[in-house]
Amino acid sequence: MLTFVIYKSILCVVVFGVSLGVAAYSTWWERKFAAFLQDRKGPSRAGPFGILQPLADGGKMFFKEEIIPNVSNKFLFVLGPSLFLLTALMTGVVIPWGKDLIIGGKAYPLQVTDINIGIIYVLGVTSVGVYGIMIGGWASNNKYSLLGAIRASSQMISYEIAMGLSIIALVITAGGTLSFREILEKQDAGISNVMYQPLGFLIFLICAFAETNRAPFDLSECETELIGGYNTEYSAFKLGAFMFAEYINMFISSAIMAGLYFGGYNFPFAHELYSAMGLQEGSVAISLIGFLVYFFKICLFISVFMWIRWTLPRFRYDQLMNLGWKVLIPLSLFNLVLTVVVEFFRGTIVF
Amino acid sequence: MGYSITQWLFGILSFLAIMFALMVVFTRNPINSVLYLVMTFFCIAGHYLLLNAQFLAVVHIVVYAGAIMVLFLFVIMLMNLNQDTEPQKTLMTKLIAGLIGGVFLAVLVGTLKGAEQLSFSQTGASQIGMVKNLGIVLFKDFLFPFEIASVLLLGALVGAIMLGKKEIK
Repeated sequence: MLTFVIYKSILCVVVFGVSLGVAAYSTWWERKFAAFLQDRKGPSRAGPFGILQPLADGGKMFFKEEIIPNVSNKFLFVLGPSLFLLTALMTGVVIPWGKDLIIGGKAYPLQVTDINIGIIYVLGVTSVGVYGIMIGGWASNNKYSLLGAIRASSQMISYEIAMGLSIIALVITAGGTLSFREILEKQDAGISNVMYQPLGFLIFLICAFAETNRAPFDLSECETELIGGYNTEYSAFKLGAFMFAEYINMFISSAIMAGLYFGGYNFPFAHELYSAMGLQEGSVAISLIGFLVYFFKICLFISVFMWIRWTLPRFRYDQLMNLGWKVLIPLSLFNLVLTVVVEFFRGTIVF
Repeated sequence: MGYSITQWLFGILSFLAIMFALMVVFTRNPINSVLYLVMTFFCIAGHYLLLNAQFLAVVHIVVYAGAIMVLFLFVIMLMNLNQDTEPQKTLMTKLIAGLIGGVFLAVLVGTLKGAEQLSFSQTGASQIGMVKNLGIVLFKDFLFPFEIASVLLLGALVGAIMLGKKEIK
């Protein structure tokens, strides 16, 4: 029991640290990527290739003056960014980061907890994350912040529906389980769910952009209309918390997409490769390779987020709402019906 | 008397749920009211977890805290309710409201007192709230009432949109 608690605590701290580390280095990669697309050099002063830039940014965020507006609701003003960061960090616990480590005949799963409703847990936590933005935007007592907060929350609620419907279709294809681990293990042979659910994946990808408030759906922080959006009044690390949480959300949604649709730690011909390398099933090396493969996929998805941000212009607000309600929801319903019909004829569903 | 961890958690969660529910009524600021109501929902979700019904707990949070209360908050934030603009109630209104509320409370307490006491075995291994069992119950044993309820909800939805529309083309 004690080793169990210690192991889980270590794993929690590692997931926490990795989320923060990836979020910090995503900011560096985002600047480098933007620079590449705009034919610039990007950060190059702090360390080789500007590799220490996130540390410099973090230090700057910490040492800036903290301003809490006089007319704001002080408690809620601090609660907003805290809640947003908290919910962003909470989703990482249900994701299986690799195959079980087997040391001395005992299995140590690389997943903090395998609850049987993992996917719905993630949806629930992200839906609570809206409160961070709403409370922060309202407590600032600024019209622009309020408008930004309302845009962000209505957008997140609207896109959650299409996202949920595309997940239901995936769950039907993946054999009727809501546990992350089981969905990943079903893709063991290297055939990813995206081959059965291409339309579902596309809908999920678009919704993930909207849920994380990233361009082209970053209307909540549209400078040309709203100054800074919901974080206009924030300064120092409270602003940093909002930005950090956005990058953590990006990391987690990349992990979810890479896991649910692209097999996570599985890859084609994995078993052939392992036997060619002479590795035993369940050895530490296999877990490590699996984790690295998963991490590589996550990094690719994070790059897609950035690629789209620096290529596509921002949507207009009515276009965003029309896309969510009149295109994505009917499309995901169609995808759901199609999946049910196909699975019925394949014989996986019986009435 | 020795209490188990579950009983301690039950006690703490119940206390918090009742306290937050009272705060919903007593706090002056409508935004704080909504936030306390969200906290109440979280406490109730904790009760579901104690009953080993993770699916119900998470769906409760997704639907109530994540969607319905966000819309409440949304509307209240847009209305910008202040104490200056809010109409003051007269003493007569307060008196009548208190009387009706009291009568309703008496009816509720009376009903609960007459209800038969359910006995349940507290083993902690109840499987009724698991998503699989719940799905079978909803879509096999109670399919017809479930569909009727969803049609009712759809009707309400369409009706609300029709009433909310300014002019019907």
